[in-house]
Amino acid sequence: MRSALPMVEAPGAAEIEALRPDFSHPGALAQRLVLVDGVFAPELSSAMPEGVRVRSLASVLNEGRADLIALLAPANADGADPILSLNAALMQDGVVIEVAPGARSDDPINLVYASTPGGPSARFSRSLIVVGAGASIRLAESLHVRAARADETFSGLQNFNCLQNFNCLIASVGEGATFNHTTRMTGGEPGGVRVESLIASIGAGAQFDSFALVTGAGLIRRQIFMRFQGPGAKSALRGVSLLRGREHADTTLVVEHAAPDCSGRQLFKYILDEEATGVFQGKIVVDPLAQKTDARMLSKALLLSDTAAMNNKPELEIFADDVACGHGATSGGLDADQLFYLQTRGLPFAQAEALLLEAFAGELIDGLGDENLAEVCRSEVRAWLSRRAPPGVHS
Amino acid sequence: MRRAYNLRHVVSTSPPWSRYDRLGRLLLENRLMLEIRRLNVSIGGRKILDDCSLTVEDGEVAAIMGPNGAGKSTLAYVIAGRKDYRVESGEVILNGVDLLALEPDERAARGLFLAFQYPIEIPGVATMTFLKATLNAQRKQRGEAELSTPDFMRRVKGAAERLGIKPDMLKRALNVGFSGGEKKRMDILQMALLEPTFCILDETDSGLDIDALRVVADGVNTLRAPHRGFLVITHYQRLLDYIVPDRVHVMAEGRIVKSGGKELALELEKSGYRNYLTDPDQAVA
Repeated sequence: MRSALPMVEAPGAAEIEALRPDFSHPGALAQRLVLVDGVFAPELSSAMPEGVRVRSLASVLNEGRADLIALLAPANADGADPILSLNAALMQDGVVIEVAPGARSDDPINLVYASTPGGPSARFSRSLIVVGAGASIRLAESLHVRAARADETFSGLQNFNCLQNFNCLIASVGEGATFNHTTRMTGGEPGGVRVESLIASIGAGAQFDSFALVTGAGLIRRQIFMRFQGPGAKSALRGVSLLRGREHADTTLVVEHAAPDCSGRQLFKYILDEEATGVFQGKIVVDPLAQKTDARMLSKALLLSDTAAMNNKPELEIFADDVACGHGATSGGLDADQLFYLQTRGLPFAQAEALLLEAFAGELIDGLGDENLAEVCRSEVRAWLSRRAPPGVHS
Repeated sequence: MRRAYNLRHVVSTSPPWSRYDRLGRLLLENRLMLEIRRLNVSIGGRKILDDCSLTVEDGEVAAIMGPNGAGKSTLAYVIAGRKDYRVESGEVILNGVDLLALEPDERAARGLFLAFQYPIEIPGVATMTFLKATLNAQRKQRGEAELSTPDFMRRVKGAAERLGIKPDMLKRALNVGFSGGEKKRMDILQMALLEPTFCILDETDSGLDIDALRVVADGVNTLRAPHRGFLVITHYQRLLDYIVPDRVHVMAEGRIVKSGGKELALELEKSGYRNYLTDPDQAVA
């Protein structure tokens, strides 16, 4: 068990300034919002698309806008979950994004989590995105990993070993809106703790999709609380976790169908090597009102060593009588017939294995609908695979 | 493509040269072939191949016929290198190299190709990506340069056209959602691209209607060449109407019990396999 670390101090102007070179080069992400140690840094952020308004959580709370404050404390999740309660008590800042009704942007808004160098510490943020009726928007969350600079004696990565992050994103998706959310939790904090909460309420006829790529986690928990608020909405939640060493990744889902005619799909995949542990616990709740619900939940795990472990706990709670609901979970190794087939065609075992693993993860990445992001994810999967120990080491 | 005969192997592992008269002759003529010598194979303690011996000469099309459970598919898998089986004794020599010491991919790089009875579906791997990876992996093992993309595309398009494979099939995941005939054609396409020196066709006719069978057989027939051997495994004579063999071998109870010319297949079609079984009541139709 890990103990909670002291909270990090709010970043000073000099610390934010030190991060500026990372965001001022031509390859820096566009349409970006940067949180430094959980605090919104407008200095490092860039212009938003038309119809998108952004403020820090602190300023929204000072304004006292009741509608936004109500959304920031969603009834369906807060109070029931200790991590969210902890987040509510300790949140330092965050960002509030308001997307005007009908606004559209094909390029994603990038929400970037950066950290300042320093000793072991914890940070808490809470952000909100309100997607107006009929709007269409993408939000891409990612971790900012600082490259070590020539004038620094420490390794950039080592310095992030003892970070604890507790981030919470709340999404309110308006009627007929389309909200596409992705998060890449890759390349950071090999020994850190990261707890990400996503709370989404989906309006009538809206579409909400979310995808997560997780690699290089120390201890990570993603929890998603989603609620179909109006009829006829659709959602697909997907994720790929690639774990090795003694890494631990947990996906916890509660999908509540509170309105009729909604369709929900959840598919989470894990590739577990060495002594890694994967957890998937997903619950679908269908309220008495939610007739004609169509809900499917599936987790698939590939275990590449005898010491890797996967824990699955799918649950259904159905209180309506005219619904189609299903859940399933598979865990196992790679298919021996497929491996043999590829080998007989001339692919060495390691290459055959890598091809099948890439395809396993790629199934979800191909469906992202954002080719730039898909390519980044694919190259991250390939990079992870290329660091695998040669075959035979675990067998 | 020819490869030098590995003399060292013959010298170091072989008993007296007298056993190798024929091999020696073929060697001198620089001909290649498959030789299976006294192969004993079991799975889970059950013997499947029992002192099985067989020779297929360079450029020859040999057919193996036999009842269910005779060990035909096991023989194909063991030659290709499937790990589930226990090889107790014996040798499988292809073009002078002992295959049993090699991994399946190394066997492929030395010219072996197995067309599967049921080609495997590989979800998420585009057929084109797969073809390029296999072709280049084999070339790499042989110390040859990778194919350029235009060169590769030209080869695939040409071979696909000849087999009636539509370009759209090459974009889909390998064998996923393909019909039985499409899967077999895809296997033959791979055979054409990889240019093996020895091909094993395992029950290629199973699950094919007459039209699909003809397309597949035509594909195989165009690949027949003086330095490419074939081992065609089948239950039925029908396939051999389309792929006409030079030799026919009858396999029963884990070994070759009779060999002859193509007329042997017709004879079997009439008399069945009962004459070749020690306990005909055990035979499965």
